[in-house]
Amino acid sequence: MVQDSTRLNGLRAKHGRPPAGPHEPQAAPSTLRQGQPRFRGLEAGHRACQGCGEALAARIVMENAGPDVMVANATGCLEVFTTPWPQSAWRVPWMHSLFENAAAIASGMEAALKARGRNTKVLAFGGDGGTYDIGFQALSGMLERHHDVLYVCYDNEAYMNTGIQRSSSTPHAASTTTSPAGKERMGKRHLKKDLLSIIAAHHIPYAASASVAYPADLARKVRYAMGIEGPTFLVVHSPCPLGWRHASALTVEVARRAVECGLFPLVELERGALTNIMPIRTPRPVVDYLELQGRFAHLFDETDTRAIEERDHLQALADHNILTYGLAGTGDDPVDTTGIAHVRRGGPLAERT
Amino acid sequence: MREALEGSLAIARAVAMAKPDVVAAYPITPQTHIVENLSKLVAEGDLHTEFVSVESEFSAASVVLGAAATGARAYTATASQGVLLMSEVLFNIAGLRIPLVMTVANRAVGAPLSIWNDQSDAMAVRDAGWIHLHCASNQEAVDTTIQAFRIAEATELPVMVCMDGFVLTHTMEVIDMPGQAQVDAFLPPFAFSRALDSADPRTVGTLVDPGWFAEMRHSHHAAMGRALGVIEKVDADFAKLTGRASGGLLTVTGDPDARVGILAMGSVVGTLEAGLADFGTEAGTARLIKLRAFRPFPARALREAVAGLDTLIVIDRAISPGLGGIVGSEVSAVLQSMTAAPRVLNYALGLGGRDIPESVYPALIAAAANPLAPRFAVFDADLDKLMPEDR
Ligand SMILES: Cc1ncc(C[n+]2csc(CCOP(=O)(O)OP(=O)(O)O)c2C)c(N)n1
Ligand code: SF4
Ligand SMILES: [Mg+2]
Repeated sequence: MVQDSTRLNGLRAKHGRPPAGPHEPQAAPSTLRQGQPRFRGLEAGHRACQGCGEALAARIVMENAGPDVMVANATGCLEVFTTPWPQSAWRVPWMHSLFENAAAIASGMEAALKARGRNTKVLAFGGDGGTYDIGFQALSGMLERHHDVLYVCYDNEAYMNTGIQRSSSTPHAASTTTSPAGKERMGKRHLKKDLLSIIAAHHIPYAASASVAYPADLARKVRYAMGIEGPTFLVVHSPCPLGWRHASALTVEVARRAVECGLFPLVELERGALTNIMPIRTPRPVVDYLELQGRFAHLFDETDTRAIEERDHLQALADHNILTYGLAGTGDDPVDTTGIAHVRRGGPLAERT
Repeated sequence: MREALEGSLAIARAVAMAKPDVVAAYPITPQTHIVENLSKLVAEGDLHTEFVSVESEFSAASVVLGAAATGARAYTATASQGVLLMSEVLFNIAGLRIPLVMTVANRAVGAPLSIWNDQSDAMAVRDAGWIHLHCASNQEAVDTTIQAFRIAEATELPVMVCMDGFVLTHTMEVIDMPGQAQVDAFLPPFAFSRALDSADPRTVGTLVDPGWFAEMRHSHHAAMGRALGVIEKVDADFAKLTGRASGGLLTVTGDPDARVGILAMGSVVGTLEAGLADFGTEAGTARLIKLRAFRPFPARALREAVAGLDTLIVIDRAISPGLGGIVGSEVSAVLQSMTAAPRVLNYALGLGGRDIPESVYPALIAAAANPLAPRFAVFDADLDKLMPEDR
C-alpha cells in the first residue's frame, strides 16, 4: 500500500516487522511473541468477554490488513471494549464517531487521504446493528459513491453492547431481550435480513461473507479486498458467548456449525455476481447448531409443537441457502468446510488465492 | 474587486479561495445555491477539492468530520431540517474538537413546514459546542467565511457561519471579493496537530467514564472562552489586510447617547439601521448592538455595550415555546451582574420568513417607551387569526 519505502520500513520497524526488500538473515527472536510474523493492529489486553467472536474476527482482519490503514469504528462492543479512555488496544489510527456513521466517516477519511495524496487504506468497522440497521443508509451511500474503503461488519446477530436486543440480522426464532421467547412468542418473529444480496445490488467490486471458524478463509478474503481499489464489503459471523448463551470455549465450534448447517453460507460476489462459495463437505442438521446456544433453548421443548415447527422452519432456511448458493460439496475438497480447516504449507490453498 | 453577486455565489467563491481539501454537502433550500455553485466551480476546474455528494446531511457532517480528523481542510453547508438531521454529528464534531467550517443558511424548522428565514435551526444546536458567528450582510458573510477557517484552525473548534436564508443567500449585493493572494496570505495551509496518520497512530473518540467526562467538558468550555480573543484578533487581522472588519464579537452603532438599545443578530440589523436613519428623528434614536458571536457568548463585551441604557430590546429570530426568546433569555442572564442593568424587552420577529419592514423600528421604540410593555412577545404576530384561547 505504501509507495514510499522509507515510510513503510518505518512502519514495519515500529510494529516489529522485518524491513521490506531483500531479507538479511535475522537474529533468532528471543521470545515466541517477538517471533510472530504478524502485524498486531488490535492488541491483546482489551476488555472483551472471554471467547468473544468479534474480538477474534477483528484481530484476524487487522493482522491481514497490515499497518498502513486507518479505521472508522461504529459504536458497539468492539468500540467499547478496545478503547476505555485513556487506554486503547489499537496500533493503527482509529476513530469512533457515532453508531450510524462509520461508513460516512470512512468516506471522509478516504476523501481526505485522496486530497492529500496518501495511499493509506481506510477500513470501516460496524456491528450488525450499525450495519444492517441504523448505519445502513450511510453504508449504501459509501458503496454507491465508490469510496476506496473496506467495510467489515462483525455480525453477532444482535445489539450486544446495549444488552442483546434483536437486530434485523438476528436469526428467526432467536430469543433476545427485545424478542424474548414466552407463552405467546417463539423469539424473533421475522427473518434475518439478506444483507449480502442488498450489498451485491450495489455492484461493488467485491463482497463476501466469512466466519471466525475459518481464519485462513477470512484472512484470504481480507487480503483480496485490500488489494482492490474501490468499495469492498465483508460480513464476518462472530459468535457472542454472552448473547448467544454458549460456553466461551465453544465460539469457534458454534461458528463452524453455523456454516456447516447452511444457516451462514460463506460466499463471494464480484460486481454483484456470485464467484465463489465454500462447499459444505457434509451438511449438518440445523439442530446441531441450535442446541449449543441458549438463545434457541425454547426450540427444544419437545412438548411444544411450535418449537418443532420453528426448528423445521430454520432447517428449511438452511436447505434453501444450500440450494440457492450450491453449497453441497461433491467429495473431499481441500477448500471445503472440512478441508480448509487443515493447516497446509503452500499446497492446494495457494491455487485458490 | 467589487462585483454585484448573489450571496450564495459569493460564499461559494469565498469557500473556494480557502482551498478546502474536502467538501461534502446535501441540498436544502435556501442553502442549495451554495452547493450548486461549489459543484460548478469543481466542474469548471476552478476548485480542486474532493467534492462528496452525500446521501444525507447526516453523512455530509460525518464525511467532513472524518476528513478533518484526517487532516483535511473541510467545509459543508446546510439549513433547517438539515441542521437537525446533522445534530448528533454536530455535537460529535465539537466534542472531538475538530476544526471545520459550515455555513448555515438560516431557515425555520418544521412543523409547520416553512422554507423561509428565521434562526430556529442554529438555535436548536446552540449547545452543540460550535462557534456561532452571525452575519448581517453578504459582505460580512464572505469575509466571515474566510475568517472562520482561521478561527477554526487556531482554536481547534468547529465554526458555524450563519447567514439568513433568502434575505442574504438569494440577494444580489455589491461585494468586495478579496483576492486569492490576500486569502493565501491570511490563511496558511491547514496543519492539524491531531490528524490521523498511519505513521503515527492515535485513537480518537474513546469511551470516557465519569472520572473524565466533566473535565473534558470543562476543557471544551475553556476553549470556547479562549476563542473570544481569537475571533476578535482574526477579525482585526483581516481588517488590516483588506480594510474591512466584520464586527468582532459585537459592534455598537447608532446613537451612543440613546437610552434605548436594540440588540439583534443577522440581516435584521440592516433593517434596524435603515429604520433608525429614516424614523430616528421622529420616533427617537437608539443604540444598535449587532451581536456577531453568539457562541462563545461575549458576556463582558455585552455588559460594556449596554452600559447607560434604560431599556434594551433584544430581537429573537426564533422562539423557545414555553419560555420565549432565546437570545433574550441569555442576554438577560448575563446582564444580571450589572449594578444598573437595563430593563430587557425580548421580541421574536420575522418567524418563518415574516417580512420585517423598516417600520418595525418606530414600533419597537414605542414599546420601549411603554412601561407596561410585555417582557416577551411574538412582536409581529397577528393574534386575530388565532382561536381566542391562543391569543
Ligand atoms: C443513535 C444511537 N442509538 C442507539 C445507540 C445505543 N447503542 C449503542 S451500541 C448499540 C448496539 C450495537 O449493536 P451492534 O452494532 O450489533 O454491535 P455489537 O455491540 O453487537 O458488536 C446501541 C443500540 C447509540 N449509541 N446511538
Ligand atoms: S457481549 Fe458478546 S460481542 Fe460483546 S464483548 Fe462480550 S462476547 Fe464480545
Ligand atoms: Mg451485534
